[in-house]
Parts: sequence; C-alpha cells; structure tokens
Amino acid sequence: MTLLEIENLDIALPAGADRPLAVEGVSFTLNKGEVLCIVGESGSGKSMSANALMGLLPEGVEPAGGQIRFHGRDILHLSEDERRDIRGKSISMIFQEPLSALNPLMRVGAQICEVFEAHDLLSPAGRMARAVELLEEVGLPEPEKAIRAYPFQLSGGQRQRVMIAMALALEPEILIADEPTTALDVTTQAQILGLIEDLRRKHDMAVIFITHDFGVVADIADRVIVMQTGQIVEQGPAEDVLLRATHPYTRALIAAIPGMKDKRPDPTAAPAGDAQQSPVILSVSGLNKTFSTGGGLFKPPRVVHAVKDLSFDLHLGETIGIVGESGSGKSTAGRCIIRLIDPDSGTVRLSDVDLTGLGRQSLRMARSKAQMIFQDPFSSLNPRARIGRILTEGPMAHGVPRQQAMARARELLALVGLDPASVDRFPHEFSGGQRQRIGIARALALDPDVIIADEAVSALDVSIQAQVLDLLADLKARLNLSMLFVTHDLRVAAQICDRIMVMRRGEVVEMGPTARVLGQPEHAYTRSLLDAIPGRHHEQAMRRSVATQ
Amino acid sequence: MLAGFKRFTRNRGAAIGLCILLVVLLTAVIGPLIYTDSPWKMVQRPFLPPFTVDGLPLGTDALGRDVMAGLVHGARISLLVGLVSTVVALLIGVPIGAAAGYFGGIVDDALMRFTEFFQTIPSFALAIVLLAIFQPSLFYVILAIAIVSWPPVARLVRGEVLSLRSREYVEAALLSGQGTLQIILRQILPNALPPIIVLASLMVATAILLESSLSFLGLGDPNVMSWGYMIGTARTVIRTAWWLSFIPGIAILLTVLAMNLIGEGLNDALNPRLSRKGR
Repeated sequence: MTLLEIENLDIALPAGADRPLAVEGVSFTLNKGEVLCIVGESGSGKSMSANALMGLLPEGVEPAGGQIRFHGRDILHLSEDERRDIRGKSISMIFQEPLSALNPLMRVGAQICEVFEAHDLLSPAGRMARAVELLEEVGLPEPEKAIRAYPFQLSGGQRQRVMIAMALALEPEILIADEPTTALDVTTQAQILGLIEDLRRKHDMAVIFITHDFGVVADIADRVIVMQTGQIVEQGPAEDVLLRATHPYTRALIAAIPGMKDKRPDPTAAPAGDAQQSPVILSVSGLNKTFSTGGGLFKPPRVVHAVKDLSFDLHLGETIGIVGESGSGKSTAGRCIIRLIDPDSGTVRLSDVDLTGLGRQSLRMARSKAQMIFQDPFSSLNPRARIGRILTEGPMAHGVPRQQAMARARELLALVGLDPASVDRFPHEFSGGQRQRIGIARALALDPDVIIADEAVSALDVSIQAQVLDLLADLKARLNLSMLFVTHDLRVAAQICDRIMVMRRGEVVEMGPTARVLGQPEHAYTRSLLDAIPGRHHEQAMRRSVATQ
Repeated sequence: MLAGFKRFTRNRGAAIGLCILLVVLLTAVIGPLIYTDSPWKMVQRPFLPPFTVDGLPLGTDALGRDVMAGLVHGARISLLVGLVSTVVALLIGVPIGAAAGYFGGIVDDALMRFTEFFQTIPSFALAIVLLAIFQPSLFYVILAIAIVSWPPVARLVRGEVLSLRSREYVEAALLSGQGTLQIILRQILPNALPPIIVLASLMVATAILLESSLSFLGLGDPNVMSWGYMIGTARTVIRTAWWLSFIPGIAILLTVLAMNLIGEGLNDALNPRLSRKGR
C-alpha cells in the first residue's frame, strides 16, 4: 500500500547558491512498513527532500514545483496549522545530533510529554505514564529514573533513544531518520539500527532513512535511492543497487567504502614486518593522563583515566592505528604525545629527544618534528589567512626565509594535488577534501619525522575519504613517513595502518599487525567492534557475487 | 568587503544611522570653518528665539552667544570624545581580555578580578570621582571615560579568545612553533574582530552620552563648548527658553541613535547567521 508519493519535486535555492535547484525532479513512493534509504554525499539534496516532507525547509529555500501526496492528499502546500497536525502524528523525524535536538534545560520526560501536549492528547498523568512506556520500549535502562534526567546526563546513544521515543510517541505512519547514527560510535550505531528495525516491525511503520554510509544501507534498507547534486541517479531494491549498481556514481560510492578487504598490495611500500626492522622513531612509555571534572565543596571530583600506561614504539616508515570509540582516550593519547595536552607521567622520545622533559622554548623547536593533521577541515584552517600564509608561518617561525618558504608552499600544494596558485586564496574557497589536503600540506611543511592524524578523514564524504586516504598512503610511501593514525573507524584503519592498537577507557586492550587484529581478534572488545561495523553481510555477499562471476 | 557593505545597507535603520552620522561628521569637520568665531563670543541680545534674527538661525543663549555656533563646535567635541575614548578603552580592554582568555588559570583569575573591581563601581560615579581628582581638561575627560568603559571590552574579548583558543588552527600554529604573541595577534584576534567592532560602535554612543552628562554637571573642560555644557547652562531657564536645552538635546539624541543603529547594522552584517529574519 502506498503511503507517500513524491512526484517531480523541485526545491529552489536562493539566488547566489552554487546551483539553482537543491532538489530537481525527484519522484519516489513509500510503502507501508518499508525502509527506504536515501543515500548521497553532502550537498546531494538528500536532507532537503526529507525536510520538504515535514515543511522544515530553511529560510529562502522554497518548493518550486511537483507534489508530495500523503494518503493521496497534497501536503507540500499546507498551511502551518494543517502541517502541525501531520507532524508528529503522521510523520515524525529524528535528527543527526541528539544533543542539539533535545532541549538542554528540560527533563527528558517533560520533553516527551510535550509531544502529547502539542496535540492535546491524554491527561498530564497519562502523558507521563506513556512517556515511561515509550522509554522502556526504546530500551533505556530504568525508565522511571531516566524520565527525570536532563539530556546532558545521558550518553549519545541514550539521547538518540529519547529522540526516537519522542518520534514514536504518537505512533506515526512514517519515521524520517536524518543521519541518526552518524554522530554515534559503531557499537551504539549497531544498537540504534537494531532498535529502528525492531520498532518498524512492531508498529509497521515506513522509515525513510537518510545516510551517506553504504554499510548502513546494506544492513537495513529494503529499497535504496541514490542522489547526486539534487537528482536521483539510481533507485531500486537494496540488493540490486548494492550488488548490481548500474549508474557509475553509485558504483563509485560503493567502491569508495573503505572495506575490511585486505590491504591493496602495494609494491612500493615495505611490508609490515620490514617496517618493524627499521629504527624506532617515536617511543612512548608509561604515558598517563587523568582528567578530574566536577567536584565541589561537598562532593569528590570525578577522575577519568583518559590514558593509562600507554607504551609503544613507532618505527620509521610505519603507520600505527589507534582505534577506539569516543571516550576511549585515543585523541588524548595523540595530543599527549605531541604535548598539546601535558601528560601526568611517562616519557615520549622522538628520535633522541625526550619531549616530556622539555621547557617551553625548546619544545617549540623540537615539536616541528612531530606534526598533526586535524579532524575538522573547517576549523583547522584560519579563516582569515591566505593559504600561502598558512603554509609558510610554521617554517618562517623556524627561521626559513619568506621567499624560500613560499616556494616550498607551492611545491607542497602540488604534492598534495592542489594548484600551486592556490597560495593566494582563502580557505573558504575550498571544499572539505581540498581543505584537508591543505592541512596535510601544512603538516608536511616542517618536514616532520612523525605525523599524528587525528580522525583525519572522519568528517569527509566516502569518495573524498578514499581520495585523501590514497594521498596519505602515497605520501607515506614516497616520503617514508611514520604516522600515528587516530580513528574510530576500523574500516579506515584497515586501509592505511600496518599495526593497530585498540583502546578502551584509556587502556590498550589489543595491539598487533592489522591483518591479525582484524582477522583473528584476541580481545572480546575488538570482536564486538568488528561485529558492529555496518555492511559486513553485504561485504560477504559482495565477495560471493564476485567469486561466482 | 563590498558584499558586507551591501548586507549592512540592506538594514534600513543602519543606512539611516550612517546618513545621520555623516551629517554630524560633516558638521564637525567643515562647520568650524564656517563659524570661525569662538562659540563663547557674545553676538546679540540674550534669549533670542530661533528663526527671529537673520544670521542667527537658532537664536542666542542666556549670555547672547550664538546657539548654532555652539552646536557646530560641540559636534566636534562630542565625536572626538566618543571616538578617542573608545580607542583608548579598546587599547586597555583588548590586551587584558586576550591575555586572560589565552593564558587562563591564575592570569585569567587575576585579570578578571581586576576587571570586576571596575565593574562593581557604577561607571558614572567613577568618572565623576576621577574628574574630581584630575583637572577637568579634555584629555582627562577622555581618559576618565575610557577608564570606566573598558571592562565590557575585556570580558567580551576574553570570551571570544577562550572559544577561539581551542580551535584546531590555533593548535596547528602552536605545533608549527609560532610564538604566543604571534598566535594571539595573527591567529586569534583577527577572528575575534567582528563582535569587537560592533561593541566599539555602541561604546562611541555611550561615551558621547557620558561626556554630555559630565559637561551637564559642569565637570567637562570649561574651555570647550559641548552639547552637554549647553544643556547644563540652559537648565535654569528651561521654562522661559526651552529651546536652549531642546536643540542640543536633539543633537545628542540623533548622534547616539545613529551610532546605535550603525552598531546593530554592523552586528547583522558581520554575524549574518545571527541576524534576525525578515530584514
């Protein structure tokens, strides 16, 4: 039974945007009880289409044509009052960032009750009782207590469960989920995906699931729509799209998923075993860092061991992946090594220098040998500095003459695959992937011995992610770089790392060569991480289909 | 830059404010060239109402001085005091705020307690006390106004620096071996500029008001004609010659209004995402 029909939907962007239509000629239908995944990279118009359904288009963005029919009734041009009746009751939505989607000053229970209040349903006591039921249904532990919690007291996954409870409150026929698991860890993501799947079955809801991750698609989708720059390039049953994609863009996206496949054989790179024979460039031993938060006159501070007794050796030309979920201390470890955060104890020896013992001035000089690539390509470049300045400031601080530094900057830009003339441009003129390349060039500008990449590709679209990973692998081979690669994504780590170190709550639970850690994990935690990766079954199916061909 | 100006003028209030300010500026710059005589000179019978005698469009005050001449010369003083004292306040507030925000810890505590010390005293009372200690010359009027108006700057800059300090590009600059001063001046402050500019434009308005109030109380420089002084001397005759207080009052009102409109326009232009809808 068709619930929703979208026909030739056009959504116009305000004048001056990069294209006239955010969404162009989009048509699809949604049936009862089905999970429809809309996949695309950022800027493909996938969220816009969903927002149009709910009448939540941003200021200046208007539907320009087409129809959206819900049970045969056009809902694209409703008045605000009529819309309110549909929102929540018939169609509801969950968002990417559960922290900003919940009101930080309201208790969770009150926020769920508000949904009923807005539609004038139930008595106040009835609302509260229903809220507890809902929290229980979405699997929040101790719902009677949870109902009195504020959003900040819950973890990311729990907040997303609360969001789902709110969305389910009025038993909608359609649930729109806009990247609901992007901000979550893999294990939490797997739980939330399982929950959505359960609830869909139980309530026979239709789900529109917007995502950029083909792994997630493979796990939950019945049907898939692939969007590119506002247009649908491919749609069909999940199996067909995933295994027998016809459009080149879809194929490129699927190919770009960093799979758990074996590393590409790379004749230029030294095998992992060899790298371990080469001299040690960075040696960390007994590194500790604790944070204490809260604590007042009457209550003891909460002490968190962010890094506990971390010891390892990084050899010349080797890449070690530090993998873990949020809060595992992996980023803190990276920052302690480079002393962006001062560790409590332990030593970090870079070549022959003990970084932990240096004073401010000598640290400034020594630190040029260890550089960092940052996660967020939008906040890692000074928005008011030209690229030339960004790339030359470091060398100039170390006494390189301006002319020479500028010439080097041009070389570096060429090295990372950008136009050397970009030195005169500002960061906002570049896309996320290009900015990340600039960030890499900046890290290379000081000819470091060790590069620490802190979630360097996590904020990028899959196809861009693949390009940047290729660039890193290429640079690593050409310049014989040693790298610490901090990431939450095992699939990414599998592609680029020689050895992998799995961290949990500040401790290393397992460390070993990539193939061994991912192939025969010894620790239960590593296994649970591996099992939680979306799209595992698809990958096996993919291999089978390749094998039978 | 041009796009920013366009955004600024799309706010109609800001455009009006800019026009008023240009008129005041023009008066301050070329007015004294037309009214070359001292505004203190007595030119006619006292208490002449406006538009009664040719050559004296706004009449004369209680001592027979030309009100128009006073207004024109007063514009120069008001703007001078407003701009210079704001610049001085920025020179005090920005370094203190930047140091507090960047270094944090004990430096932050010390500097912020120092700032709060100034904030706990009502600024107008403090200005009066300062002027009672110093001689009432234009220099000290400006200094007193600057001293009472820097604390909000320091607090604002501290907040901005605090949030910018943890940006990744600042960490990258730190890693690349740049010095503290270079990081503050080249990486952090340029990005903290928009809110400082907005605050500064509003501070000019406050400084003009403060100067007028001080002159009204007779604490201004006795050698310069200012709008506040004109209102102050006219207050005794407000029932018989109301226009003597009314005219400089309107001048103050318009100038301060202009600065506030400009400040709001700047805010909308520099923080486009925060600007209210429907403008």
